[in-house]
Amino acid sequence: MEQKLDGNAAAGMLQAIFPFDMTLAQVTCAGCGTTTVIGATAAYMHGMGAIIRCPRCDNALIHIVHARGRYWLDMRSVRVLEIKEG
Amino acid sequence: MGRLSWQIGEVVATRPETVRTKSITLDLPGWMGHRAGQHVDVRLTAQDGYQAERSYSIASPPEEAPRVTLTVERIDDGEVSPYLTEDLLVGDKLELRGPVGGYFVWEAQMGGPLLLVAGGSGIVPLMAMLRHRAAAGSTVATRLLYSSRSLEDVIYRHELDHLLKSSTMLEVVQTLTRAHPPGWTGYARRIDTQLLREVAWPVEQRPQIFICGPTPFVETAAASLVELGHEPGRIKTERFGPTGET
Amino acid sequence: MSEGFFSRGFRGRRQKSELSGRIPPGQYLERGFPVLSAGPTPHTPLANWDFSIVGEVEQPKRWSWDEFRALPRETITKDIHCVTKWSKLDTHWEGVSLDTLLVQVETSASYVIAFSDGGYTTNVPLDEVTGGKAWIVDTYDGQPLEPQHGGPARLLVPHLYFWKSAKWVRGLRLVDEDEPGFWESLGYNNHGDPWKEERYWGD
Repeated sequence: MEQKLDGNAAAGMLQAIFPFDMTLAQVTCAGCGTTTVIGATAAYMHGMGAIIRCPRCDNALIHIVHARGRYWLDMRSVRVLEIKEG
Repeated sequence: MGRLSWQIGEVVATRPETVRTKSITLDLPGWMGHRAGQHVDVRLTAQDGYQAERSYSIASPPEEAPRVTLTVERIDDGEVSPYLTEDLLVGDKLELRGPVGGYFVWEAQMGGPLLLVAGGSGIVPLMAMLRHRAAAGSTVATRLLYSSRSLEDVIYRHELDHLLKSSTMLEVVQTLTRAHPPGWTGYARRIDTQLLREVAWPVEQRPQIFICGPTPFVETAAASLVELGHEPGRIKTERFGPTGET
Repeated sequence: MSEGFFSRGFRGRRQKSELSGRIPPGQYLERGFPVLSAGPTPHTPLANWDFSIVGEVEQPKRWSWDEFRALPRETITKDIHCVTKWSKLDTHWEGVSLDTLLVQVETSASYVIAFSDGGYTTNVPLDEVTGGKAWIVDTYDGQPLEPQHGGPARLLVPHLYFWKSAKWVRGLRLVDEDEPGFWESLGYNNHGDPWKEERYWGD
């Protein structure tokens, strides 16, 4: 489990995509229904991409790959994403 | 707030902190300020285009903007930290983006009591909080529990002594896990539930808790504090991964 | 993006190499063995472990750990190439060839989807995992494969980028129609040949 980081570690990557501090955004897991602030999720980040997982059930909520000038996001396991402005 | 982009800063000072750590102060034109606890992503680019990226916590308080200081621990066989701690010179440019990570932040107006738990280089963002606390003249009741391998590995050692003497309502408890000097009266073991029971604020005081360091350290500390009865929602963690370099 | 910027004197950990003929384009020689994980390391007890071949087969087949260990084994020495640009030469493994496993099922399927504990999947054409091109390995460098590197057993398909060598593999699902796996669904090349630099979609 040593590779696990907090969702906070994905802050830079997320804020390059979304114009908000996404560590404070809330995700509702489509698997177990838990709502967590992204800063408190589990993040696995390495050269291939970033995977943000539900801290309750480990479901992969957000997958991000950044390559060749593109971002690919799979957010099918996020039932709801709530972002606060400002 | 807009989409984050890379910016280039200039190294204006470097300063060894311990044998393996060095602080790097950057001048960042257009720096919009930060909050204590936030970090930056640093990106190195070789002449052939090869790139490596790592995150580093900001060590300096917001009051020092537009100067920003990072404290970097050299990881043996690392990709980025050996360059930052051994090759980077005053006058060099460094590319970074930030500040980011508003989740792991403490500001004086958030109050306390405050419990900071640091493992090794995990002290860096917590030091930014302590420096901010001092600069803001805050008297929020604060306890730092700081785990290091030996006294020589304690980063900011003299500054912590100074902060203790010059501010009120601040306590620093150290534990040295591999070696301690003769006559050492602090703890001399890895943190565990008993140690945290003795050091942490009573549960009824509902402290705000920030834990930072290598992933196994953070998980042990967080689990122990929850076991002692502290509310999970008041514990914020910043895992640094297996080696301490995010 | 800061155009043209580079960090004075930065080379990274990359080794200069005289073995350039063995290193695919864009890759660098790595002496260590980096761990890249997309999720928590599973810890399936061997008593609960099995390996299955399911899907478009006449009869699914399953091996327990003991049955798997009793199969004919090979030692394999191969170069491996990660899409994150590191290559490691002469890696030593032991395990069971996929030919040995697949010969025990009847199928007319064209593709395999390898599936692992934790939900990871990756897809490969069936003819690229047969004919001595792929193994289920449980030993690395003479030692039991460590959990962080995919133990107790992982798929090894060294002629493709290493994300296809699924860690913590539990089986193969044989299918008629290709299905992109975990990374293939997210921008990574469906095929992944390091010699053609098939890293991402559109390469």
